[in-house]
Amino acid sequence: MTLDAGLLAEMVLRTLAVLVAFLTLPLVVGQTEHKVMAHMQGRLGPMYAGGFHGWAQLVADGVKFLQKEDIVPDRADAGVFRLAPGVALVPYLVAMAVIPLSPDWVAADVDAGLLFVLAASAVAVLGTLMAGWSSGNKYALLGSMRAAAQLLAYELPLVLAAASVAMAAGTLSLTGIGEAWQWWWLFWQAPALIVFVVAGLAEVQRPPFDMPIADSELVAGPYTEYTGLRFALFLLSEYAGIVVLSALTAVLFLGGWHGPFTGTLGPLWTLLKTGLVAIVVIWLRVAWPRLREDQLQRLAWAGLVPIALAQLALTAVVVVVRGT
Amino acid sequence: MEGLETYLIVATVIAAGVLLFAGAMGAARALRPQVCSAEKSLTYESGVDAEGSGWAQSQIRYYLYAFLYLIFAVDAVYLFPWVTVVKDLGWATLGEMGVFLGVIAIGLIHAIRRGVLRWI
Repeated sequence: MTLDAGLLAEMVLRTLAVLVAFLTLPLVVGQTEHKVMAHMQGRLGPMYAGGFHGWAQLVADGVKFLQKEDIVPDRADAGVFRLAPGVALVPYLVAMAVIPLSPDWVAADVDAGLLFVLAASAVAVLGTLMAGWSSGNKYALLGSMRAAAQLLAYELPLVLAAASVAMAAGTLSLTGIGEAWQWWWLFWQAPALIVFVVAGLAEVQRPPFDMPIADSELVAGPYTEYTGLRFALFLLSEYAGIVVLSALTAVLFLGGWHGPFTGTLGPLWTLLKTGLVAIVVIWLRVAWPRLREDQLQRLAWAGLVPIALAQLALTAVVVVVRGT
Repeated sequence: MEGLETYLIVATVIAAGVLLFAGAMGAARALRPQVCSAEKSLTYESGVDAEGSGWAQSQIRYYLYAFLYLIFAVDAVYLFPWVTVVKDLGWATLGEMGVFLGVIAIGLIHAIRRGVLRWI
């Protein structure tokens, strides 16, 4: 393996593609959330910025955040406090690099892609914990303790549901799982699909699982002391998390690029299915109240984990029966 | 692109992410005002003066969840190599899986019966 010009150019090109996706898709989801939530609640949402239906609202927000003063409280652990938004953000960028839109449209097709993407997105949680603990603020500390407990509880069903679909395909490669997908998996893997989406929602701390941020109790939880761009980067990482969760759900459970004209329209099918999952994620925010902390833990340990284990058993039996 | 070269891409993407964060913070530093004052850098506590510090004794309610998670997470890691070979191992591995899931389920039921999974 030598580093020649062609390889370098390809590396730069692929990295740029990932960066572009990372900087646009979360904003698209954010804008969709503004508009979809607004219409579900019988209002218009942003209408002025940019002229046409407020399309530039998030760009305007970004420019505003960029000009806000950056305040680090005296009591905060300044180094960790400053670094935390980066730790929350970068893992989702890395996760997006390995998620395929189709077997040809993937920036880095790593062998054990499923394991890699789960490991990478789990690092993002550290950003929240760092933010909460380094702030030297009681709201932030309480919020990050809730976050830690929640993420411990929901990581497990997430991993078990992912293991189920990996077993069905017999591989840990994301492209391999997508290729092996059949339409009847929609029924066979349905419990795993539900467990995966619910646990994923909890991982990105979206309503109804936003107990750590709980604005009516903890101000903004771990983000209480953050201002300006650092706060905006935490918001961006939340939406990047939604994109990663939706894209993974689409590839693992909804067949990704499978659909009419999969040869030419494959990547569009994956994007479409990703968008559908993202809209469901937004819908759940509008429709469900926040869970209380003990209900949240009970749902994970007494609800999702047993379902995921049962799904694992079902998958194994079907795989063995079909194999013999 | 395959094999180790894919990890080169991953490395460049990580580098790009670090650069993105550093660049964004640099741009913000150039654009934002910086007017320091003692009041501004006080700890926020809903508008009243902060009582004590962020460092205080409190009850960590989730340590039992953390224990549970550790046990389960180690099991889950061992699952991943196994799921790729289930097809080849056949019926015998279903028995093994039964033992594995049974042990986990008994542990979970025990934890629930002992009231460990109550936050309060």
